[in-house]
This record gives sequence, C-alpha cells and structure tokens, in this order.
Amino acid sequence: MAEFFDEMNGTGETTRPAYEIIKSWLDGVTPEQLKARSREAEMLFRRIGITFAVYGQKDAEERLIPFDLVPRVLTSGEWSAMSRGLEQRVKALNLFLADIYGAGEIIKAGVIPQELVYQNTYYRPEMVGVKVPHDIYTPVCGIDIVRVDADTFYVLEDNLRTPSGVSYMLENREVTMRIFPDLFSEHVIQPVDQYPNELLETLQSIAPRTAPSEPTVVILTPGQFNSAFYEHTFLADRLGVELVEGRDLFVRDDVVYMRTTEGPQRVDVIYRRLDDDFLDPLAFRPDSVLGVPGLLSAFRAGNVTVANAMGTGVADDKAVYTYIPEIIKFYLGEDPILNNVPTYRCREPDALKLVLDKLPELVVKTVSGSGGYGMLVGPAATKDQIEEFRAKLKADPDEFIAQPTLALSTCPTFVETGIAPRHVDLRPFVLYGSKGIKTVAGGLTRVALKEGSLVVNSSQGGGTKDTWVLA
Amino acid sequence: MLLSRVANDVYWLARYAERAENTARILDVASRLSALPSTYGGTTNEWESAMIATGGEYLFRERYEEANRRNVIQFMAFDPDNPSSIYSCLATARRSARAVRTAITREMWEAINDAWLDLRRYNNESLSPRQLSEFLEGVKAACLKFDGSAFRTMLRTDAHAFFRLGTYIERGDATARILDVKYHVLLPHTDPVGGGLDYFQWSSILRGASALGAYQWVFRDSLRPWRVAELLTLRKELPRSILNCAKFTLDFLDDLANDYGRQGPAQRAARAYHARLVNSSVDAIFRDGLHEFLQAAISENNRLSATIESQYLR
Repeated sequence: MAEFFDEMNGTGETTRPAYEIIKSWLDGVTPEQLKARSREAEMLFRRIGITFAVYGQKDAEERLIPFDLVPRVLTSGEWSAMSRGLEQRVKALNLFLADIYGAGEIIKAGVIPQELVYQNTYYRPEMVGVKVPHDIYTPVCGIDIVRVDADTFYVLEDNLRTPSGVSYMLENREVTMRIFPDLFSEHVIQPVDQYPNELLETLQSIAPRTAPSEPTVVILTPGQFNSAFYEHTFLADRLGVELVEGRDLFVRDDVVYMRTTEGPQRVDVIYRRLDDDFLDPLAFRPDSVLGVPGLLSAFRAGNVTVANAMGTGVADDKAVYTYIPEIIKFYLGEDPILNNVPTYRCREPDALKLVLDKLPELVVKTVSGSGGYGMLVGPAATKDQIEEFRAKLKADPDEFIAQPTLALSTCPTFVETGIAPRHVDLRPFVLYGSKGIKTVAGGLTRVALKEGSLVVNSSQGGGTKDTWVLA
Repeated sequence: MLLSRVANDVYWLARYAERAENTARILDVASRLSALPSTYGGTTNEWESAMIATGGEYLFRERYEEANRRNVIQFMAFDPDNPSSIYSCLATARRSARAVRTAITREMWEAINDAWLDLRRYNNESLSPRQLSEFLEGVKAACLKFDGSAFRTMLRTDAHAFFRLGTYIERGDATARILDVKYHVLLPHTDPVGGGLDYFQWSSILRGASALGAYQWVFRDSLRPWRVAELLTLRKELPRSILNCAKFTLDFLDDLANDYGRQGPAQRAARAYHARLVNSSVDAIFRDGLHEFLQAAISENNRLSATIESQYLR
C-alpha cells in the first residue's frame, strides 16, 4: 500500500475512473514529448507575461511560476460536497465577522475566548458598528484545502483578506486547452472562464445603495512592485475596470473619486488588493503612501464599498481557525461539511503539553504567519530547529498551533526523471454577493515540486496545475 | 476617460522612447564627425557639442572631468544617474510601459522590452567604434519599431492621443536642440559654400534629424546654411520640423477636446504657438536671431508640456 493517497492511483495500483484518460495519455507519451510540450507551455506563459516576484530574492523580479502539464482531476461528486462545504463555511465566517464587529453574541455565549478576538492583531476596532453592505465582509475568498484519503478533504487555511492566484487558475486552463485540445475533446470539464464576469457581478451587487444602477468598480493595487501585480492587471483587463493605485483616488466629503483626464469620477466599489494596514493612512499606518486618506471614513459613511472589508483578517487567523467548527454550529446550527485539520491549540495547557511531547511528529505554525514562513515541519526538521521551536512554544504558547503532519495527497507530475507523484493542495475561489455564494468549479492546484516536500507555496519552489472538475 | 496616472505614464513612455532615439542619433553624428581627419574636423570637440545638445551640460560637468569620447558615451548612453541617457530612457520607458500594460499593445511592449534587454548586452568599457555604431543602430531600429507598432496596433482612443502628444512634444524639443548646438555655423552669409568643415557640420545636423535626404528632395540644391535652418524649423514637408511637431501636438489636443467635449488652456496655448510658427518666416528668424528663436521654441514647448500635464495628467 502506498504511503500517501494518490489522486490518480488511490492507495493501490488501480487507476481511479476520473483519471483513466489522463492515465492512457501518460502511458502513450514519451518524456521527450512531454518536455517539448512543457517548453511550449512555458513560452506561452512568458508571452502572456505571467510573472511572480519573490520578496527578498534579487533578480527574481520576473521569475515564472512553474506550471505542470498534468491536470489534477476532481469528480463532480467530490466537487459538489466541497462546494457545499465552502458555501457553509463562508456564510458562517461572514456571520461571525458581523457579530464580532456588532453585538458579540458568540463571545457572550462563551463559544470563543474574547481575547482571541478583541486582542487579535487583525481585529479592527474602527470597524465596530460599521454597516457593511448586505453584511458581506468577504466577497472574495480563497480557501486552501488538502486531501488525505479517498473521502477526506480538510480545510488547511481560510484566506479572507486579499487571496491571490485566481489568474493562474484561468491562465492554466487557457494554456492546457491550447496545448492539449485532444484531452478536452475526450472529457466533459466544467468551465472556469466565467469567473471574471461573476467577480464583476458580485462586486456590483454589493455597491452602496446610493450608487447608480451601473456602479463604478475599480481594483486597487499597491503597484507594479507587488508580487501579485500581474494578477491585478489581468483582472482589471478581464473585468474591464480601472486598475488604480492609492494616489489615483481621493476622498472629498466622504465620497471617493478617481483622478482622470476628464476630471474627478466617483467610485462606488473598490476591490482592493492592498492590506488593511496600508489602506488609509488616517486610520491605520500613518506612513502608508499606498493608501487613500479618508477611505475608512467614506466606507463608514456608506458611500463606497471596500471589498473585502477591513478587519476580516481576524477570521482567517490560525488561532480563530481552530474554532470554526464551533462557529459554524453556533450561527447555522449545522455540522461542518468540510472539516478542519485536527489542530492543537497551544494556548490550552493540556494541548501544549501534548505538543511538546510529540514535537518531532508535528507541524507547528504561528497563528499570524502566512506563505509557509515561520513554521516547523517536525519530521523534516533538525534537532536544533526542534529545540528552537520548543523554546519559542514555551515562551509564547498563544502564538502557536500544531497539527499532525498531514499525508497530503499526491498527483502525477512531470519532473526531471519523468512522471512522479508530488504533493498537492487546492485553493478554490469563493464569491459572495448579494444574490448568494458562487464557487467556480475548480481552483488553483499547487504542487510541491521537490520530492517529498509538503510545502506548495510558490515562494518556496511550488508550482501549479490546471484543475478539472468533471461534469 | 483615462486615469490621469495612466495618461501620464503613456505620455512619458512616448517621450522617453523618443528621447532614447534622439540621443542615439546625436551620438551617431558625433561618432561620425570624430572619425574625420582633423583637417575636416577642425578644432571643435564633437563629443562635447553632442553632450551640450542634449541639454545635460550642467549634470555632466558635475560628474565628469573631460568631455572626451569615453566620458560622453558613458554619460549619454550608459549612465544610470543621467535621467536622459539611453539607459535611463529605456529603463523609464519600460517601467512606464509595465505600469500601463493594459493601455498599450503587446507589440509595443515587446518592442520596448526587447530594446531594454538588448541594451544590457553592451558596456562602455569594451566598446569598439564598430560596436558603438551597431549599438546605436540597434537603439534607433528598436525605437522605430516601437513607434511603428504604436502606429499600427494602438487603438485610436484618448490613450493614443496622449502617447502622440508625448512623441511630438519630445520631438519638437529635440529638433530645436539639435539645431541650436550648431546655430553659429548657420548664420547666413553670401560667401560661396566653404570647405569640407562646413559641409560636414551642416550635414551632421541634418543627419541628426534624419533629414539629409529630405534636404535634397525639398531644395534640390547643395547645402546652404539658412536652408538647413528653414527645413528644420518651418517646412511642412519635413515630418519633424518644429512647425510640424507643433501642428501634430495641436491636432491631438483637438482630438482630446472633441472626445471630452471641452477646450482648455492646453488647446489655447498650442493654437497660439502653432499660429506664431505659421506666421513667421526664415528671414524674420535670422533677423531676430536663430539662437533666440530656438531658445524661445524650447521654452514654449516646455510650457506647453506643463500645461498639458496640469490639465490632464494630475
């Protein structure tokens, strides 16, 4: 029996039905052919201009994210359960956000410790009592999911602030269709290309009541040196909206305008790809030159919608994450359809003791970290690294959570030596507008290209794959 | 409608691409002249006048001792601290292009990106005269390709108008500067055409404006200094004459005014500038002084740019 669940072969040697055509294609193709197609794909990406900046790496400004040719496939059954789970989760998280910036019922009920919420770095007291249009705090989410066996998917992480990667989902599909038209004629695959259109509709649906029937939507970017700038221009282009920087906007009498060649134009919805801290130097970091002075005040006055709202980070924090099953239950009275990875809260003394005992087997994360930085992967760590984390854990247990080392599923991937299994995760993108929640069938599959590696982040050598949901 | 910042980037993208080409032309002329035997070249330092022509004298004197071949090439082609060096022009143009990728076409992006990548293959320390000429030809060809791809592929929207405003404001400025550097040899006199020195001086000006062939076509005459001046200032046959640059600037400003339904200070200023050029003559220019005329054109052009910027780009 294989050590890990494989997306194509399961735990044995029989090909899972969803992968039959992929399997026969892989059996019939030579490594040379794959290499040629791989180069072709890379050229397409280079011409399209997909680039990705890695912070702190010199000359990496325009590195390409590796794209793997072999698609990752989900059945329609797997997908429909997952999308119901995503809808439930996102709905509950938005109720949670409305509650903690409002009456705080969940805290009064003792379901979640109040200091985890009110003392959270990402909690924004400025948002208390603000009427968020339709109570939708997170119109755009990306939820990271991992698979451990045939039936079990876990939510690894919620991204409720400014999740990125959706351009890769769209471009990967476009490139795969161009390179392997045959595969597409043999499968019925659910499309993803409607995403930009649905994103625009979602954003327009949450415009302030005072906005005209065709509200003006803009995308706010930190600028061309941001690692996801390519995605920002890509989305602006596909949505047909202006890509603005902070300096393009100004606030007068609590109304947001953009500076144009025809004078100031009113802005109704801002899809921002800029962190809370930088959004408004009057409200948050005063040294921010990327933001718009007075934006929070315009938002509070109900004259502009900011998507996602400020202060959503408190709900995707790793410490709050552990309470999400309780959060779903509290607001919806339902059991979670998608489960969390079993997680130890190091803030609880019993859990901490257990974690310290089993440290070499566990993955330890800081509650506020992202991008795979500042974490300990026990089984892969040196003795010194483990001891270093032991000291950190003892000094500041509240800062950490721990999880068993997950047996992430693998997917056939084209590497130097040919086709080999590599670990994957999945980030589906969830849109929440006034007419409900939509999840485009698919998402971004990230793959750890290094043999045995469980870190799929593109900043640390991860690649991406096209993700198919069969009809 | 365009974001002012985007219009600003498009405008300066065009200006810097145009400036890179003009700088390459001026260097090319200097290189040709310096290769002449000294009996033709006389005592003038071609490298120095090339450097002065680009308007960078003050910065140059701050940073370099002597205006020799090495230093001037370094300053005008490769110096990242000279904002008008070919290096800086292409870097700035590319950065602007990158910031407004959605407002320009793929062909334009590729042209400017290739020019930038190509530039980085050269370095001054090991540059033979032959390589210098190959390098300058490369820059000129790349800029021509960029200009051509804008002509062929760019949508005729307001973004295109701002792009062309940048081109013509910069081109008008460069034409005046190229002429001004040699205004002293263009003073009219009744003497028969002088020796080789004069001939090469005048032809160098024409080459710098890529107008040597045009001169023959327009005048069917051997080189006469005042005609060189006339061609570059007031003739409507020459695409880059100061008159034409002012005319095209006005045309694109009028396009914008039609688009936006509003005339403004930039349109009025451009109309006045153009009218003054239409009503002047080469005789009047020489009577009042060519140098004074060119200096006035350069500053009027600058003021016009500032008016465009304050009306649309901020």
